[in-house]
Amino acid sequence: MIRKLMAGVAIAAVAAMGASAETYVLEGKKVWTGTGAGMIENGVVVIRDGVIAAVGPSTTPKPEGATVISAEWVTPGLISAFSRTGIIEVDAEDSTNDAVAAMSGFSASLDASDGFNPDDTAVDVSRLGGVTRVAVAPQPSTNLFAGQGFIADTSGAQDTDIKSDAFTFITLGEGGAGLAGGSRPAAWAQLRAAFEDARAYPTRYIAGGEGDVLSRRDAEALAPAARGRQLILIDARSASDLNAVMDLAESNRNLKFAILGADEGWRVADRLAKMKIPVIVDGFSNLPSSFSQLAATQENAARLSKAGVPVAIVNLDDSTHLARLMTQIAGNAVANGMDWDEAMKALTITPAAIYGLSGYGILAPGAHADVVAWDGDPLEVTTNADAVFIDGEQQDMTSRQTALRDRYLSLDKKDRPYAYVKP
Amino acid sequence: MTRRNWAALAAGAIFLAACGGSGEGDGPAIKPFTPNEPFSPNPYPSTYEAFPNAPVLITHATILDGEGAKIEDGSLLLQNGKISAIGKDLQAPEGATVIDAAGRWVTPGIIDNHSHLGAYPSPSVSAHQDGNEVSGPVTSEVWVEHGVWPQDPGFGRALAGGVTSLQILPGSANLFGGRGVTLKNVPARTVQGMKFPNAPYTLKMACGENPKRVYGYGNGSFPGGAPFSRMGNMAGYRAAWIKAAEYKRKWDKYSAEGGEMPARDLELDTLAGVLAGEILVHMHCYRADEMAQIMDMSKEFGYKVTSFHHAVESYKIADKLADYGACSSMWADWWGFKMEAYDGIPENIPMVANAGACTIVHSDSDIGIQRLNQEAAKAWADGKRVGIDIPIETAWEWLSLNPAKSLGIADRTGSLKPGKMADVVIWSGNPFSVYTKADQVYIDGALMYDRNDAAFRPVRDFELGQPGEGDMK
Repeated sequence: MIRKLMAGVAIAAVAAMGASAETYVLEGKKVWTGTGAGMIENGVVVIRDGVIAAVGPSTTPKPEGATVISAEWVTPGLISAFSRTGIIEVDAEDSTNDAVAAMSGFSASLDASDGFNPDDTAVDVSRLGGVTRVAVAPQPSTNLFAGQGFIADTSGAQDTDIKSDAFTFITLGEGGAGLAGGSRPAAWAQLRAAFEDARAYPTRYIAGGEGDVLSRRDAEALAPAARGRQLILIDARSASDLNAVMDLAESNRNLKFAILGADEGWRVADRLAKMKIPVIVDGFSNLPSSFSQLAATQENAARLSKAGVPVAIVNLDDSTHLARLMTQIAGNAVANGMDWDEAMKALTITPAAIYGLSGYGILAPGAHADVVAWDGDPLEVTTNADAVFIDGEQQDMTSRQTALRDRYLSLDKKDRPYAYVKP
Repeated sequence: MTRRNWAALAAGAIFLAACGGSGEGDGPAIKPFTPNEPFSPNPYPSTYEAFPNAPVLITHATILDGEGAKIEDGSLLLQNGKISAIGKDLQAPEGATVIDAAGRWVTPGIIDNHSHLGAYPSPSVSAHQDGNEVSGPVTSEVWVEHGVWPQDPGFGRALAGGVTSLQILPGSANLFGGRGVTLKNVPARTVQGMKFPNAPYTLKMACGENPKRVYGYGNGSFPGGAPFSRMGNMAGYRAAWIKAAEYKRKWDKYSAEGGEMPARDLELDTLAGVLAGEILVHMHCYRADEMAQIMDMSKEFGYKVTSFHHAVESYKIADKLADYGACSSMWADWWGFKMEAYDGIPENIPMVANAGACTIVHSDSDIGIQRLNQEAAKAWADGKRVGIDIPIETAWEWLSLNPAKSLGIADRTGSLKPGKMADVVIWSGNPFSVYTKADQVYIDGALMYDRNDAAFRPVRDFELGQPGEGDMK
């Protein structure tokens, strides 16, 4: 049954290739909308002109001439709330790694989107895993301030839709202590001084003065965040570090925060919930890998979610090449007590909300048509994406990985070397 | 990326075909490389003994026996630390605990043949980096068991994931990283208390980028020293094997003819043990072409590689690996973090299995080791999508029997064959589902982990008195 449906999908995909702005009807045995419509059994999603035209039961009118794709499951495209996809080809090769700039004189003004390459092979791999958007952050290099993060789609197209300056990324905790000179007090001194520099921009700099921490350009780049006009994403792990961030937030009510890591977040979940600070967690973290993660548990995501904290789930172990494993991590969060619906939201609506992406992460009329057809429950480890749509366009489902696979799938080439097999 | 960075450094047969043995006794003793050595081949012996437990009869379970069979509504009897019987409708002996496992699955315990637990323990602080003796490219004189901290909380997490035995390996900085050690995943005050009784010793070797980067570009100097290139890697291995062969000749001669005792060399003891077929070679090697070079080199010097580790390109030469008889110990999907991992594909594992080559799912990770069943499941499903349809009951061999073979312990564990050690996991459901958890884990017939009973969830010393102590992890 499944195979038959899969074959159907393959044929439809071939027929649809290259046609943009086409009308599609996606039939799913289960359609998870992420809206009040909940989960629709035997549901239908109609895509037209880049947006979702209709979502409903099997009786939903299907436009004439639409390409029909049947799948087990249909969901919104997944959004990785934290990744390095597209700015690193091979981590260990500096020449291909645009995440980190250890020799740069700049910090907060480093714009990660300047390093985005839609041809990076991990972009295709992420898309094939059902990830349609990625929030990409630079890596801190010379101080706490890593720079500007962006949101990109995973089409791999040269005209990839990129939202630059989506957030500023700051590392605190142990990592921040190291970057700032060796201690948490050094990190907080640097943070406070830098915020003052940014708030004093441009006045202080026009007068010929210098910042305590930030150069003119870095102060300019941090100014929107320091004035509450841009999201501040802070990496913090331990309960005490999280409380320190919340103290900062309490005394700067106009600033917008989200927290990355939050391994001990469950210990301060009520305060996070009360302050409405969203967290981006890797649900696999359950080891005392550092003294900032002593109370890490796989139940963190569930406990935070139950306390009312907005939770996004990501893969921090390899956020570049395996951002797509966010589905496995979310599935494990469910196995460790998280409500299934909340786990799906952690991959869709919540990241969209964190970054202010309106009309993403849901299946609803008028929403952007980022949609994935799956061969099963998307959180299940045995499930794969059959078809992916970004802004209403059906995406290519091949990657360098599938090409390598197909070249060597049959090891019986005798007449010519494998280099002549070009799938 | 902390973990991955470690993977970059830390990660880097005599196939005791004893599988199918009687299961009696503790198996072959650790042997000297030459019959009349005047020194002990096993100076740090295991002190592990199975813990007491009443007989356990598990009933109404879906059982994977680990050797390719699946039994629906099956029963499994654990008695005196061994698998006593497997089948349907077994009778409970006097005093047995009977567990109704309806709806649940039972498998052999998972065996991870690539872990650095204890050697790179949690917390990953500077004082805990005991997995690579980076001081030289050839350090076959070091034994990883001398750097394994039994209080690593990671062992307990792996136990909760159904891991009953594991191989701890030195890292992959060196051409010859040192001896590995096979452990039972039981808490103990000493590493000797964890050692798998009479498991053969192993040797960690490494191909490719890590040795040449660590030494060739080491210590901030350029060039640092040898090896600086893959050529240097090969020359380094070969020079060491030549020395080892000469050393072994001296000892063999001394054994046969007496005379003046040769000087002892710890580095060459280990290499001579490999040449004598008593120490199993586990070699970190990503690229297909490098594995082919290594297979030739092993023939040049008369030994065998038991398993290539990481082996992200095994799918390109799975036929050659099958012919040679080496296992591939693989991740489900890691790729791209360095050049030699660039051609990794998610179908590597099923493609290797499909070629008839020995297939193993390994972790090299304190996170990955906690759900190797899921790693196998991903690979299994990715294989199915390209027409490689392997039954789950066969795929489970990637997790227990094949790693047991690669460690020379398959005569004693790795499947649910009567007479073998009762290393058993009861899963809450199909272990190839993300929603399934290990409910109970038995090692040598003793209940060592129970997800639903805090009394059977061990807490290592490091976590005592710390936030989160005893929490559900």
